[in-house]
This record gives sequence, C-alpha cells and structure tokens, in this order.
Amino acid sequence: MSLLLGARDRFILGDNRFGLRPDLALVASMIEPESRLLDVGCGDGALLDYLVRELSCDGRGVEISQAGVNACVARGLPAVQGDADRHLADYPDDSFDCVILSQTLQAVSKPREVLRQMMRIADTAIVSILNYGHISARVSLVTRGRMPHTRILSEPWFESSAIRPCTVRDFMDLVRIEKLATGTCYGIAKKREVTVIRPGFEGQANLFAEQAVFEVLRPRKRRSR
Amino acid sequence: MTQAPKAVHEIQDDLPGPRAELAGGAAVRLESGERLGPVHVAYQTWGTLNEARDNTVLICHALTGDQYAFGIHPVTGKTGWWESMVGPGKPIDTDRYYVICPNCLGGCMGTTGPAAVNPATGELYGTSFPIITIGDMVHVQAMLLDHLGIEKVMCVIGGSMGAMQVLDWVARYPDRVVSAVPIAGAARHSAQNIAFHEVGRQAIMADPNWCGGFYYREGKRPEKGLSVARMAAHITYLSEPALWRKFGRELQNRYMKSYEGFGADFQVESYLRHQGASFVERFDANAYLYITRAMDYFDLEADHGGDLAKAWQGTRARFLLTSFTSDWLFPTSESKEVVHALIRAGVNVSFVEIESDKGHDAFLLDEPDLFETTSGFLDSVARSLGF
Repeated sequence: MSLLLGARDRFILGDNRFGLRPDLALVASMIEPESRLLDVGCGDGALLDYLVRELSCDGRGVEISQAGVNACVARGLPAVQGDADRHLADYPDDSFDCVILSQTLQAVSKPREVLRQMMRIADTAIVSILNYGHISARVSLVTRGRMPHTRILSEPWFESSAIRPCTVRDFMDLVRIEKLATGTCYGIAKKREVTVIRPGFEGQANLFAEQAVFEVLRPRKRRSR
Repeated sequence: MTQAPKAVHEIQDDLPGPRAELAGGAAVRLESGERLGPVHVAYQTWGTLNEARDNTVLICHALTGDQYAFGIHPVTGKTGWWESMVGPGKPIDTDRYYVICPNCLGGCMGTTGPAAVNPATGELYGTSFPIITIGDMVHVQAMLLDHLGIEKVMCVIGGSMGAMQVLDWVARYPDRVVSAVPIAGAARHSAQNIAFHEVGRQAIMADPNWCGGFYYREGKRPEKGLSVARMAAHITYLSEPALWRKFGRELQNRYMKSYEGFGADFQVESYLRHQGASFVERFDANAYLYITRAMDYFDLEADHGGDLAKAWQGTRARFLLTSFTSDWLFPTSESKEVVHALIRAGVNVSFVEIESDKGHDAFLLDEPDLFETTSGFLDSVARSLGF
C-alpha cells in the first residue's frame, strides 16, 4: 500500500474542538463554506450544527427519528422528520448544492433510487458507508460462517439498521451503473486513519477501510480541489 | 341573589388595553367583496420594540381565544391562555421580543365583530355583520402593524385557527414575515371539522333566545345554544385517553348512579357543563358563528389553483410546524401536507411532532418538547437577525 500511496494520501483524524465524531469531521472537511446543504439522516444534528455555525452553510436536516428532529429544532437547526426512501422526492431539482448521506444509504430499502434523488436535487453528494468488504469482515464470515461481526460491524444482523450491506466496490459499481462520477473519496480504518481512495485502486480500500466516504458527482463534472 | 354578569357585548368597550382604529376609520374591503368600517382592533403588547423594529412576535389566537394571552384575563380573572408559552424567560420571551396579540376580526373582546355597533344604524351588527374569512383577519392584523409602524415581524405564531392565520400570513405577506410557527393547524378545514362546527352553529341558532342573531336588542342571550356548542367542540379538543385519565367513569358527588333523570351523574358530564357555562360569560354567540364560518371557508390549496406549494413559492420566511400525536381535530397528517408543500416550494421548514395524549388542546398545555423546540427555533431566528 505504502508503495502506491504518497504521504499526503494518508493522514490521521485528530480530535477536533467541536467534538465531532472523526468520520463526520472528515465529511465536514469536504463541504464548501456557505453552501446549501441537505443532511439526510442528520441524527441529533451534530454535523449540521457544525456546518451551519462554523461554515455558515444554509443547512437543513432530515431525520427518521422524531426525537432526533426535536433535538435539532431545539438547538435551532431546521429539520423535518422523514425517511430517505420517500422523503427526497418532494424537493425541487437543484434545490441544494450538496446532499449528505452519512451512514444512511445502507439503511434504506431502495439505495439506487435514493442516490438518483440525491443527484437530482444537488450536483454533489457526500455518501458514507460501513465497508462490508473489510478484511476482518471477510475473515469473520468465512471462519465463523455467520454475518460479519467486527469492531465496526458490531451489531447482530437482526439488530443492525444496515438492511443493504455493501462494500466499497459495490458502491463504486452503483456509481458507474448510474453513470455518475466520483470526486474525492476516503477510506477510514480504526476510526481515524484516513486513506485517499485513488480511482482504479478501490481494491485496497475495499480490503483495509472499515468505513468509506465518497464524493459523488453528476457526470462530466469533476470538482478540482 | 347576585346580579347576573353582564353580557360580553355590554362590556367589550370597557375592556383594558389599547384599541386601534384602522386606516383612519376608512372601510376595509373584505374577501367577500363587502366593505366594513370603521374597523377597530383591540390588542395587547408585552416587551419592548427594539430600535431596529425587528423583534416583533405576532400571536394569532384560536377560535375562542382573545388578546389576553398573558396576564390576568379581565373577564374570567384567570391567567392568560398562553401563559405557558409567553412571558419573561418563556419561549416567546417578553424580555427579548416585542409581543403583540390582537383580538381577531369578528371577535368579541373589543375588535370589530357582530357584537360591535354598526355606525350605519347605531345598533349592534348582529347577523347583519358581513361574512369574514381567515384572510380578512390576517389583512386586519397587517393593517394593525401598519398602524403601529411595524413593517416586518420576526415571527407570526399561533395554534389551531391561529395556525391557519400564520399560514395565510406568509402566503399574503411573504416579505413581512421572517419566520412562521403554525402549531396544530392545517391549510384547510377538513369535512369532519366543518361538520363539528355546523353542530355548534345549529345549537346556537336553535336557541329561541338567538332571535335570528338580533338578541342584543331583545335583551336576551342564547346561552344554552352557545354552551352546547362549546361542550361539543370541547370534546374535539381533547382525546379519549385524556378524558379517561381525567374522569374515567367516575361519578360526580355520589357513590352510585342516581337513577334520577338526567342530572350530571358522571364527572365528565359535570366538567362539560362547567365548560359550557363558563364559556358563555366571555364569548358572544354571533362571534362564534362568524369565526367558525371563517375557519370552514379556509382552504389555501383551493385559493392557489389546487397546488398548495404555490401559496408559499418564493418566500424566504422560515417555518416551524408542530403537531401532537393524539390531536384528531388537526392531526399530524394535516401538518405533514403543509410540510410537503413547503418543501416543494423550496422553503426552509422544520417539523416537529410531539408525543402527547392531551389531544388538540396540547398546544395550550404544559408540553416541554413544545417549549424547547419553539424556544430553540425563535432563538435561532433572533440570532440570525443579530439580537
């Protein structure tokens, strides 16, 4: 791995003074200040709060749990209750610059349709997933003969909200089938160790990343960073 | 024997608080095409208008509410109907915001309505008062703001019929509203709600003391009819779990069923009778007819060519909608329809559904989630304005 990737392609996520979970901090680093954002699966609004207050974004949240929505609104963040499968269809085309879907794509029943809707209402989406292709997941499945049980995939299959488990490669395939493009993408291991996923080298991330964050773009549009 | 309390129409000119004559006494054009004037609006204010004149919160009251949201009510002697929400340090913080609550058009607490004097005849209007709409109420509130020199409000807030006014406010004056908080409301009155209102109106009109709406000159009051109307309506404001929790099948001041005709055997009967009896002391029967009619006519979707989103297209106002799980009069589904329309219109909207077994009335009661979310929302609006 180290032969293929330069030092700047790997870094450690430190603690941040905002108390953001490391993977959310990584998502936040991919957001342009002052952009119009929709955070789907915003939970209690931890990421949204940062994006609105620190990056001056016009951010709005969608959350399936009413308790999460109420928490967002109580802290002054706009949020509505809704599930990604049905809710996104209401938004007008191009009503946002970016849609964030952190660890929610695997919890929806129609991930392909959700991705289509996201790319309809914004030209950029940030999608994060748990990677079921990680080596420990593979070993777990092969040796135990049961669904992967690892540090990050810690819930039993009947409790997990991930009704659509997928790997880094699976997601990249979906992006290609949908004729979309990817911008900057990262793999995360041990919650903090980040590696840039280079196009054509997804195989490594698929083995060694426990989580992954993808910037998905409409075709023929690549953002330079 | 004590003297019977005065009727509402006899005291409405002597109520405490300011009363504005709109547009210098000129007639106001109503949605029906009729002209009504002069129009007076009685209102209450709390807090201080800031220098930028942008910290106003306008409260729209519900069907049987009035301007006395906070403080002691001059007729009932009870605390204001929204004391839980309004006051120093409360979600509608009178230390921070300038709060205005007007009595709605058609009301009977000092604002022009059927119990006011018709200057053309020198008599009280009665049923010669023109039919009014929610839109007319909103128009009159906007004229009151003109009168007070307030161009823009930081928030229009209200529950039930107040929520209808809030929704209409932004549709009519999108640039005069920074944020809108409709609570337990709907963009149109449902068939079931119209039906309940009709029961109430029929009860009033069936009372021989109603006299075709001109009971004032007869020195009569259709108290029985109005009280039955209130009793029927009051049931719709509660919920079966709330009624059961409060009363169950408990008997009133007795150990067993009386088998003696139709006195109030059950506590719930006694409670409703009390609700009816106390209501007639502070409300005018004709006002009840006119205001329920205004609610029944309300349909923002029809007003906008069948596309509710068009009502708020292009507004920059932020919305917070709230509904309660056990509210069957203005159920969550009604609020959600508004939310979907607002999203389609690209409006910045928040929506909170609050778990409560208290029915529609929950918006007037102690609901911590309501206070937290409303206060968080208003605070963020205030901060966006820089105070």
